[in-house]
Amino acid sequence: MAQHVIATSPAAALPPRTGLLLRVVPPGLYVGRARTLVRRAMLTNRRSWLPVVSGLVEPFFYLLALGVGFGKLVNDVTGPGGTPISYTAFVAPALLASSAMNGAVFDATFNIFHKLKYVKLYDSILATPLGPVDIAIGEISWALLRGGLYSAAFLGVMAVLGLISTPWALLAFPAALLISLAFAAVGMAATTFMRSWQDFDLVNLAVLPMFFFSTTFYPLSVYPRWLQIVVECLPLYEGVAMMRSLTIGGVDFGLLGHVAYFAVMVVGGGVVAGRRLRVLLLK
Amino acid sequence: MAAEVVVPVRPSTGHTVGTLRASLLVLEQAWAWYRRNWKATVFSSVGLPVLYLLAMGLGFGSQVRAGAVPGGLTYLAYLAPALLPAGAVQTAAGECTYPILSGFEWSKIFHGITATPVTPGQVVLGQLWWLLSRLLVSGAAYLVVATAVGAVTGPGILLSLVFGVLTGMAFGALLIAFAASVRSTSGNAFTAIFRFVVVPMSLFAGTFFPISQLPAWVRPVAWLTPMWHGTELARGAEFGPLPWGITLVHIAYLVALLVTGMLLARWRFRVRLTR
Repeated sequence: MAQHVIATSPAAALPPRTGLLLRVVPPGLYVGRARTLVRRAMLTNRRSWLPVVSGLVEPFFYLLALGVGFGKLVNDVTGPGGTPISYTAFVAPALLASSAMNGAVFDATFNIFHKLKYVKLYDSILATPLGPVDIAIGEISWALLRGGLYSAAFLGVMAVLGLISTPWALLAFPAALLISLAFAAVGMAATTFMRSWQDFDLVNLAVLPMFFFSTTFYPLSVYPRWLQIVVECLPLYEGVAMMRSLTIGGVDFGLLGHVAYFAVMVVGGGVVAGRRLRVLLLK
Repeated sequence: MAAEVVVPVRPSTGHTVGTLRASLLVLEQAWAWYRRNWKATVFSSVGLPVLYLLAMGLGFGSQVRAGAVPGGLTYLAYLAPALLPAGAVQTAAGECTYPILSGFEWSKIFHGITATPVTPGQVVLGQLWWLLSRLLVSGAAYLVVATAVGAVTGPGILLSLVFGVLTGMAFGALLIAFAASVRSTSGNAFTAIFRFVVVPMSLFAGTFFPISQLPAWVRPVAWLTPMWHGTELARGAEFGPLPWGITLVHIAYLVALLVTGMLLARWRFRVRLTR
């Protein structure tokens, strides 16, 4: 007969509080065990790998549609330095940034809300030594692992199709992770304010127009000047601009501006999400 | 002490309502729910096609080479009627997946309804009435916006609306049959449908560019989709020509899908609700 071994972990067996985060965060909020959440996510997804893997396919349908369909309707686009580039090469980096955003937002809103409100997963996790900060780090790491898989695959296909024309593209992978992280942090913060599924139409209301209007399918010059300024403030526009400069060329110091923009999103979203989760889960 | 609630009890009449009236009662149930929750669907059913029209029709359209679209049309005008079947398919995909599974597994309302004299087949019919009303309302709202931005070239687009609704009904009926067969509540089956059917169909079945641009060996796949038939009909209705022969073939195909979907759905509902 199989015997169940129940691992007991008394407080004494916890790792000593040595890391910076462990010293800064009040005790009880973080015990440095976020990786158990990632392991849990992997276990639960083992049986439903189809949605995870099929997420790889979707961007390729879009690339294919661009090459076969949309690209044939338009002229080549003027790339950096005045050299013409194909329409597909123009849109592909934007799709990469958008898919990083979509994956992160979907994970951080729908999935987390489901676990927060219906499965009550976090309530049971908090009954263990893990704290809310472990939960936040664990969930975000899992989202990044998934997002990273998609981004790497997408970049690989872009390279094979000859849509990459600069070695800077190596940085496109960490850039995609940064975009995911920023949107995951803000999405998670937003989720803590959601009351019911009805509120999720607001998520679509924010994400879809941003997807369409952040110069994904056509250059910024299409808009009148005042609208250009509005668009330039959108987070996805920042992501698209960053990806374009990394894959088709034109890297300059503006890149640091994009990075700073996302860093602000990460920190701001993270702080709000952490505070709200504490209120929702521990009080 | 709890207040006493007086429920008027009417004596049983001894006979049941007919199929039409029963299905309209199911429709009334859907409406009673929707009345309280309509806000959550406004954006996805009306806003989304409008967004496509503005972003792709106006934005992307500004980049399209003159003469690249058949018939010497602007891209905005070319896209406007085709977004009717495309939007209808999107709405149908939303209405005929999770809500149907919910009726069996979460809210279990189908079990409740069929505990009355209403039959599974009548529940299916009621769901289709509901889909029809959703498609008509969101299609009409889209037309108002499309006209306002100057995307409409003639009154023929009213006929395009009818064809768009037919496309959504044909696809929706098949989806209802599929959703009634899904046992797992994980939603993975629907994710697969969205990713491998709805998205490719939206991209490649002629909405955004003519399928003549596809490689010859892929085109027969597009011919199988309800979206392509709906798109051909919707464009034909607005821009012409709409020759009798081919039009009847398109309509017959969509009606055949609709009837097949209805029969399959009735069968799946019976299996799930009476055994």
